[in-house]
Parts: sequence; structure tokens; C-alpha cells
Amino acid sequence: MKMPNRDAVLDLAAVRSHLQESSGKEYWRSLDELAENPHFFELLHREFPRQASEWLDGVGRRGFLKLMAASLALAGLNACTRRPKETIVPYVRAPEEVVPGKPLFFATAMTLAGSAIGLLVESHEGRPTKVEGNPDHPASLGATDVFAQASVLTLYDPDRSQVLTYLEDIRPWSALLGHVRVALDGLRARGGAGLRILTETVSSPTLAQQLRSLLAEFPAAKWHQYEPAGRDPARAGVRRAFGRYVNPIYRLEKADVILALDADFLSCGPGHLRYAREFTRRRRPQPGAAMTRLYSVECTPSNTGAMADHRLPMRASEIEGLALSLAARLGAGPAAGTDGGAAHTEWLAAVARDLQQHRGSCVVIPGEQQSPDVHAWAHAINHALGNVGSTVIYTEPVEAAPVDQLESLSELVRDMDAGRVELLLILGGNPVYNAPADFAFGERLLKVPTRLHLSLYADETSALCQWHIPEAHYLEAWSDARAYDGTSSIVQPLIAPLYNGKSAHEVLAAFTDRPERSGYEIVRDYWKSQHSGGDFEQFWRKSLNDGIIAGTALPPISISLQTNWAGGGSAPVASKREVIESVSGSKPEAFEIVFRLDPAVFDGRFANNGWLQELPRPLTKLTWDNAALVSPATAERLGVSYRISATGGEHGRVFADVVELEYQGRVLEMPVWIVPGQADGCVTLHLGHGRKRAGRVGTGVGSNAYTLRTSGALWMTSGTILRKTGRQHPLACTQFHHNMEGRELVRATSLEEYRRNPSFANEGEAEPPKELSLYPEHKYDGNAWGMAIDLNACHGCNACVVACQAENNIPIVGKTEVMRGREMHWLRIDRYYQGSLDNPQTYFQPVPCMHCENAPCEVVCPVGATVHSAEGLNDMVYNRCVGTRYCSNNCPYKVRRFNFFQYSDWETPSLKLLRNPDVTVRSRGVMEKCTYCVQRINAARIEADKENRPIRDGEIVTACQAACPAEAIVFGNIRDPQSRVARLKAEKRNYSLLGGLNTRPRTTYLAAVRNPNRELEWVKRSGR
Amino acid sequence: MPQIFHRSTNTLSRLSLFSALFLVALFLSVLAEIERSSYITEADVVREQPIQFSHKHHVEDDGIDCRYCHTSVEQSAFAGIPPTKTCMNCHSQIFAASPYLEPIRESFRTGKPIEWTRVHKLPEFVYFNHSIHVNKGVGCASCHGQVNLMPLVRQVASLQMEWCLDCHRHPERALRPREQVFNMQWQPPADQLEQGRRLAREYNIRSVEELTSCSTCHR
Repeated sequence: MKMPNRDAVLDLAAVRSHLQESSGKEYWRSLDELAENPHFFELLHREFPRQASEWLDGVGRRGFLKLMAASLALAGLNACTRRPKETIVPYVRAPEEVVPGKPLFFATAMTLAGSAIGLLVESHEGRPTKVEGNPDHPASLGATDVFAQASVLTLYDPDRSQVLTYLEDIRPWSALLGHVRVALDGLRARGGAGLRILTETVSSPTLAQQLRSLLAEFPAAKWHQYEPAGRDPARAGVRRAFGRYVNPIYRLEKADVILALDADFLSCGPGHLRYAREFTRRRRPQPGAAMTRLYSVECTPSNTGAMADHRLPMRASEIEGLALSLAARLGAGPAAGTDGGAAHTEWLAAVARDLQQHRGSCVVIPGEQQSPDVHAWAHAINHALGNVGSTVIYTEPVEAAPVDQLESLSELVRDMDAGRVELLLILGGNPVYNAPADFAFGERLLKVPTRLHLSLYADETSALCQWHIPEAHYLEAWSDARAYDGTSSIVQPLIAPLYNGKSAHEVLAAFTDRPERSGYEIVRDYWKSQHSGGDFEQFWRKSLNDGIIAGTALPPISISLQTNWAGGGSAPVASKREVIESVSGSKPEAFEIVFRLDPAVFDGRFANNGWLQELPRPLTKLTWDNAALVSPATAERLGVSYRISATGGEHGRVFADVVELEYQGRVLEMPVWIVPGQADGCVTLHLGHGRKRAGRVGTGVGSNAYTLRTSGALWMTSGTILRKTGRQHPLACTQFHHNMEGRELVRATSLEEYRRNPSFANEGEAEPPKELSLYPEHKYDGNAWGMAIDLNACHGCNACVVACQAENNIPIVGKTEVMRGREMHWLRIDRYYQGSLDNPQTYFQPVPCMHCENAPCEVVCPVGATVHSAEGLNDMVYNRCVGTRYCSNNCPYKVRRFNFFQYSDWETPSLKLLRNPDVTVRSRGVMEKCTYCVQRINAARIEADKENRPIRDGEIVTACQAACPAEAIVFGNIRDPQSRVARLKAEKRNYSLLGGLNTRPRTTYLAAVRNPNRELEWVKRSGR
Repeated sequence: MPQIFHRSTNTLSRLSLFSALFLVALFLSVLAEIERSSYITEADVVREQPIQFSHKHHVEDDGIDCRYCHTSVEQSAFAGIPPTKTCMNCHSQIFAASPYLEPIRESFRTGKPIEWTRVHKLPEFVYFNHSIHVNKGVGCASCHGQVNLMPLVRQVASLQMEWCLDCHRHPERALRPREQVFNMQWQPPADQLEQGRRLAREYNIRSVEELTSCSTCHR
């Protein structure tokens, strides 16, 4: 199989020289494209990767043909079989409101890292199948993120833990109750000393109340909180600035200028969906409306950085100095600190001036993973610029107990080590896997005599606990939750626990004298106790129906800056700079590591979710793995690279050099991935991989970055040594798939240029006249569906990709198949770079089926399996498809997907519950592609026809459109000039992808318009 | 040496060459007929049911409307099979002790649903919707036949795609006034085609192109 001479090895020097020579706007998507590597281009020119259709397994080509001949001969007999008997099983007593065949929607909420998003969950005869955002919920506004979208798959995951166990033996719930009772009786005499409870960040009011009353009963017991994605730096920073912990909330709809200090506020952290909505609403280049300008300083490329008008790559540790320097310029800090951003004086001065000019309508947002000082300085700057009260407000904390979680965990670890913990109840979380490495949590945990663990999976922590309690998924249990602004929601179950799981509420109830209380009673009783006046039943029902509890959003508080805090901040800055300077000596180069939550599997809790594992990460486009992300310059210095493997023709397979990272004696091996725009000398590691007990999907995927993460450096370290090992590791990357050959696919300009020439996007490439087609033109009398995608709004968060997967029963294929270029996503997000290698502008382009008017796929299908509908849809008829793949061959957009194998799981019972009943589950040998969610079109059409009225604009919302926090995707009837989509398509920046081919796509794009500062260079052209 | 083949073999071989064409055509048409036969379509085959429920008795003799049991036919894709409770509405009073109805009482007692044998089955890639047909003036009997005369329900149509398309191409042949949809006795008037066209306009029936687009039924 190995043919090394075919391999395309990356030549970075060629890339740089190419970039320096080029003039004019140039977009590129991968480094190899730039290097003009002939092998790479040979790879691209093939439609499906070379040998993607070859049989790579044991059976040879001849054997395969023999088998096929025999099965073809037998296939004719298929028609002679009679269909098996099928039964219909009605209800015994039909529940109210359930109409078979009609989905119901229930409001609930999903909590992640202590912050909730309100959801509406679609239920088909009692099974939740699809998650949508709750438009009434302030943190959702109708949008969702990838985690909420993928949560239904976790619910039905057959690998979830299904039984209560004691030392791996199955036990009934009553056995646990008895055990707890005996243990508590022993502890009661000492006031509960030795009883410890470890939770993740708790924002549920009911759970907090339960914990408090338990602590009241056992005064010597302790409650610890730890979450790997904890917000300790943010909390510490606020405390430093204001003397106590308060919760900052940004109001981006009022912000004209935003400076993000290593903050990815558009795609993670509390309130990110709302921030994305508010931000993009202010980014539409409308006449007369000012457009927000975004500056971003960051160490590793993020979705927010990709949207920035000016982005400055900078090591995470240097950002503190920059913040200090900026504070000094803006009169918010000591004048002495101005040298922090010395290398970027010009940049900093321009940003400072821009902020000054927008006093009261600008905002500085510190990153969740940045140091407390950066947070404190950001708050001071916002204060000095008069932003408090307008673009940033402060409220009381959302968390029930905003403690320093690292301190809380280390106290627990100390006590465990000292033998002061007798009974440890771990409610959720997986500390054995994700606690700081130097805590040796697993070892110390074993010193606790009685250990109980509640979790969705029997994971690393469960393995070390005697009692493992299967947890009820949030779609199975009653609870409550609070959003980023304090708004409370009742978490309402959609289905009874599939595996008799228990919620944290029910487990805590086992520690009281009323262990029989159900989660429903506990939550309801809590809210009854909080409710005053009026009819409680009505309040409860309204809260359940609305998905929010009215009046629970926290009011803004007025708060003033501490006067004497600033002094403490400068010392660590200096010490860090010393570390950085020391690296230039003759010793092996020391690198800085920054840890980031994985954009798909988060802190590792979603590791067994196949949709998320296979989701191409927004910027790296890697799937099923993590890698050490380094800048091109760093890679050159280290002599590391990757080569695209041409053997087997797998565009998706890349062999990346493996490096050994050493930090304080801890060693981790990882493949390297070169990321344009990464700060030099800084290595980004995504947490959440390398799980040992995740399940069939997630176990052993990637490398565990937690092994390098110590309590002294939770988010960034310095002094890490990187060594090339000489080995290579195959990575599954979708970056090289479906390349579109350097045409002007993404079009972008600056606001100034756009105002001067609004139709810039349509210059150059003219669409050929309609008559040029050999085929007769289609005529439409009724609706004509179309889609407009605003490239100015899309920040590549991937929510649409997972939403599409959930809605359309799209299977996952696994790492080996992705490496063969066979991933099945109907909607992909292409990422393009423009400008220099070290700090490029980044654009995202979601590409679904274009539903061409002159569709190249339709005319080549020999069996009429893809045909034009009367409303202009490019229909795909699975039952006709024989799998010639001619259509995919002829598709210029490469949006068709082929089932090379039986990818859909037709066997696992729990996964059958997951399927959308309105969409066919495809079998092998069948082509498939985006249908514009034709099931939703048909549902709306039938409802409208029954009422004898036309379909209203906005009545049909495709799955991708519904999920999008940025409102980048709009779908509707293009024959109605008043429809939103028609109005967008009438905008001058609307253009067709590859319009020159006369395909006349129904999906069109609105060109991106950035808003650069005139004082700064917008897109850097030079190589360095 | 004598000839191996007799002279008549020439005629035979010519004949067989010529008739091969016909044989192939015959074979194909036989296959097509088998495919359309009730052996494959299972039309007119009476199914065994857990309870020998008679539509004839309930509809014709008792005059119960279709929608009393098939409650969701006007709102949903699925017409609805009644829950045991619906049977018990009457049968807790009448024939309350009949041994015939023991499975119903047992289901009601134990909470275990009755498993009916499906009579009308479409392939999984077909998404038929009852509500739109009923709302646009397609009568129950147009597809299901005279269910009111069937002691045990059988499928009367082939339910093959050509049968669906026949109506989607000529909706005027099957349309009746909305108020007659559930009337099992309704007979088409002499000027059905004209009346049908009028109804198609009145009910805004979609164009034939739209009705025969693949995604109308397949997705």
C-alpha cells in the first residue's frame, strides 16, 4: 500500500515565497495549496479521493466482483419476497394532546459548566428527537450550540451506564439507601465531619438549596466544586477589581468598538449565543447604521478572532502586559506599565484611540482562560471608558456558591490525603480524568473509605468508586438551571429515564430523612417555597410552558472599582516576561502551552458522542483527534511538518509529525498541526481527548492533555520543551476535501470599499446568459425555495452542521472512513484564509446543496434518482438510486455524499428512538445530500394547504437556519419579493458560488464586509 | 456419414430464434403481472386480527363515523388506531361479558396494548399524509374501498406507485365535496370530471407538476 513517492510533503518556504510574490486579494484554504505542490494538486483533481471507491479490506477486487455477480443474480428474486407482517400498537389510554404523527415541543434547559441555555425539544410520541432553541430564553433567543444539538445522541447512547453497581456488582437502589443510612448514622455524631460532596459548578437553585440544608444538618461536612472549564480567573479578576464577586454581562448591541483580550465570546462561555446574535445584528452593513468594529488579541485562532477586523496573534502570557499598557493609555492604570505592548505600540495606540473615541459605546472583553489580572484590567478599562451601565453591566453572581474551584478541589485533595474524608459523594464530573495532574486525584481518592459517583457513563472516576450511580440525562430528569443573566428555567424531562438513572437531586435526597422524594417533588417544592402570592399551579405551568421563570433575571447593580488593587498586578507580568526572554538563550527552546476546551467534545464529557467526535473543528478541520497546534514559524524552527498521504488516495488522511511535550517532568506525545494565525512560540492543546473509559466511540481517541495540566498552570504554562520524535501519526482532516480550486469563492471587502462600490462581489465573474443552457428553462408557478447565507455573519460555530445531522438522520462514519474522504455531513463549513501566513484573515463559508436551477447532477443520473421538483428543489430519490455516483462526479460544489457502507446503525434499539421519523434512514449504496429540509417544507405546505392559504414567510425554517445564533442562514420563497430571503438576494453583495458555470444556484452568498480601522493595515500581505 | 440433424431442425431453429423475442417479452410481462398481483401487493387478502373486529357492524349497522376511532385523520399523517379506552367507552356497557371481547378487557385491565395487524402498508420511503387528502376532498372510500361492508378489513387497492400517480395526475377523478369525504355511500355524479375540476380550483389543489414531484411523497 505504501507509495512514499506520491506523498505530498509540505514546503513552508515555498508557501512564504508564494505569498510574498502574490498581489491582489488571494484566498487560500490550506498550506499545500499555497505551496503549489504538484502532488497535492493531483490529489485535488480527483473527485472522490483516489481509491475511495476501492475495496481496501481483505476481499480483493476479483472476489468482490464474484460476490457481486452472485448477489446481482439473486437480487432479482427480491421482488418475489412478500413483506413481513407488521403490527400497529395503539395506546391503551391515549394521553392528552398526543396526536400520533405530530411532534410536540416542550421547553427545557441544558446546563453546561453552570450556565443554562433554554431549549424547545421536539418529541415524537414520547421520544425526544431534536433540540431547538427557545426564542423566549435570553441565553438562546432561538439558537443553539453544538453541545445542545448533540445532546440527544448522548441521551440514546447505548454506552451510557445502565445499572447501579457496588464494586461492579449490580445492586438495587434500596441497597444504596441502606448503605448511605448506615454511613450517615456513623457520621452524625461528629456533625458530619468526613462527609464531603464534590460537584461541578452548581447554578441550580434547587440543588444549591439541597446542599445547603444538608450542610446545615451536618455542619462539619463540606461541599467542594470543581470543573475543568471553571471560571476561576474570571472570578478572581472581578474580585480583585471590585472586592467581591459579581457577574459581568456584555450588551453588544450597544457596542461600536469591541476589544477581545483572548476572548472567544462568540462561541463559548456563558451567554455566547446571545452575544453572537447581538454582535452580528450590529455587523450588517446597512446604510446609516454604524457597524461594530472588533479587535481581537489572541494566542490561538478562535471563531471570534476569525470575525475580527484586526487580529493580533500574541502569546497568552503577553496579553497581560498588553492589557496593562492599554489600561495606562486609557487612564485606567499606572503609567509605568506602558512597555507591555512595546512591540505593538502602533496597533495599541490605534486601538486605544478608537476606544477613546467611543467612550460609553465600546467594551473590552477578557477571555475566560486569561489571567485574573487581564480580567481586572479589562474591568478597569471599561470603568474608565464609561462603559459600565451601557455596554457592560454587573449583576449578583449566577452560581450558587462562586468559590475558587481550584482551591476548593485542592482542599479536598489535601483532606483525602490526610485521611480526613470518610465518605465522598461525587455528583457528576470526572475528576480522576480531569483534575490537575499534580493532584494525583485517583491515587488519593482511593484513601477515602466510601466513594460514590453519579455519572452518565461508567467512566474513569466510576472505576475508582465503590458505588456507581447511573445519572439521568437532562432530558430524563427534573431540575432547574440558571442562564448567564440569572434567568431561571425548569429543566423538564422529555422521557422517563431509559436506564433508571437518578438525578443529583434524588441522590442528595438519599442523604436526607426523606429519600423517597422524586426529582419532580423536590424541584416543585423548592419553587413552591420561593413563590409568594398568586396561584402556584398557574405559576408552575406557565414557567414550564415558557421555559423561563418570569422575573428571575438578575437586576444590574452599581458597583465601584477598588482603589488599591492595581499594585498587585504588575509583579507576575514581570516574572512571566523573564521566562519568555529566557527562551532565547542556547538552551532547547521552551514553549508556552495554552489549554483550551475542545470545540467539539468540550472538557471530555462528550467524548462518546460520535456527532461531536466527527465534527470538523472550526479552524483546524480535524476530526476524531486532537493535535498540538503550532504556528508555521514554530513548525519551521522545530522542523515538524505533515504530509498528505496519497497512498490510498485519502485526502482525509494526513500524517503529522509527532512531538514529545515535556513540562515539569510530565511527558505527552502528540501529533503537531500547523495553524496559520497561531502566536509564535505558543502551543495550543485541546482538552477532552485521550479518555480511557469513555465508551465505544470515545475511548482512546486523541491524546490526554490533562496529563500536562497542573494546578499551578491551569490554562497556560511556560517552559515546555518540544522534541520531535521522528514518528508520524495519521490524522483525519477534512481540510483537503472538496477543494474548489482557488476561484473567488469567498468574497470580502472593507466597509469603506463596500460603501464606495456596493456591488463589488459581482464584478469580474459575470453569469452567462440564461439561454446558454441546452436544457429548457424551468418555469415556476408556485413557490420557489431558495437560501441566502451571510458570510459576514457566519463565525463557523458548527451548530448548523450538527443540527443538520440530527434533523436528517445523518450517520457518522468513523476515523478510518473520514481518512478515506467519506464523511457524510450534508452541510460543511469551508474555512478560507486571506493574507499572510502568520496572521491571516479568516472566513467561513457554509456549503449545503446549492439546488441549482441548471443542476449538473440531474442530467447525468441514468435512473432519474435526482430530479428537479416543481418548486425548484433538487430532489434526491433514495429508492431509485443505484449508486453510480455520476451525480457526485458532476457536482461542481461537491456537496453529494455516498453511503459506501452501511453507515446508519439499524440494529441498536436505543438509536432507533433517536431517528427523525420524517426522514428516510439511508442504506448503503445510496447517494444523499441536503434537501433544504424537505420534510419541513412538506409539513408547512400541508398545514398551509389545509387552511387554504399561502405559506407564510418564515413558516419554514430549515434545521441549519434554526440553530444559527448569528442568523446567517435565511430560507424562503424567492418568488415572493417581500420575503426575507428575496430581500437579501436583492442586496448588491449577493453572489452565486461558481456562477460562471451557469448552474444558477438557489443558495447564494452575501459577501463579507469587514470594518477595519483606517489607521491600521487591514490584511497583512507580507510573509512575516 | 449420415447427417446429425434432420432437415426440420432448420425450421425449428428459425422458429426458436424468432420466438425467443416473444418468450422474453412474455417472461417480462408475467413478472410485471406477478408484481401487480395480490400475491405481492396483498390486496384483497384478509388479515387475521387479535380481535375479529367488524367494520361492517360498527359502521354500517351502528352508524359510527370513521373519525370516532380514527381521530387524527384530519390533523395528522397517521389516521390513528383507537386506544383500548375507545373500545371500552361502549363495551364496558354493551357486550360487557362477551368472550369475544376478552382481549380488550384484558388490555384495559393490564395496560398492555392490543397488537393489530397492519393492513395498509406503504414502504418506509413513502410519506403518505392522511390529513391533506381528507381536507382536500379525497374520500376514505376512494382508497380504502367500501370498508363499511367489510367484516374484516382488507386492502382494495394495490398501493403501488402507479396507483398513487394515477390519482396525482388526474386528481379531478377522485375529488368529492369535503362534506362527503366520510360518507361511505357517496357515488360520483355523472359529470364527475367537471365537478372534480371545479373542486380542484375551489380547494386550491396543487398543479400536477407539484403533485408528481418526487419530494411530495419521498424524502
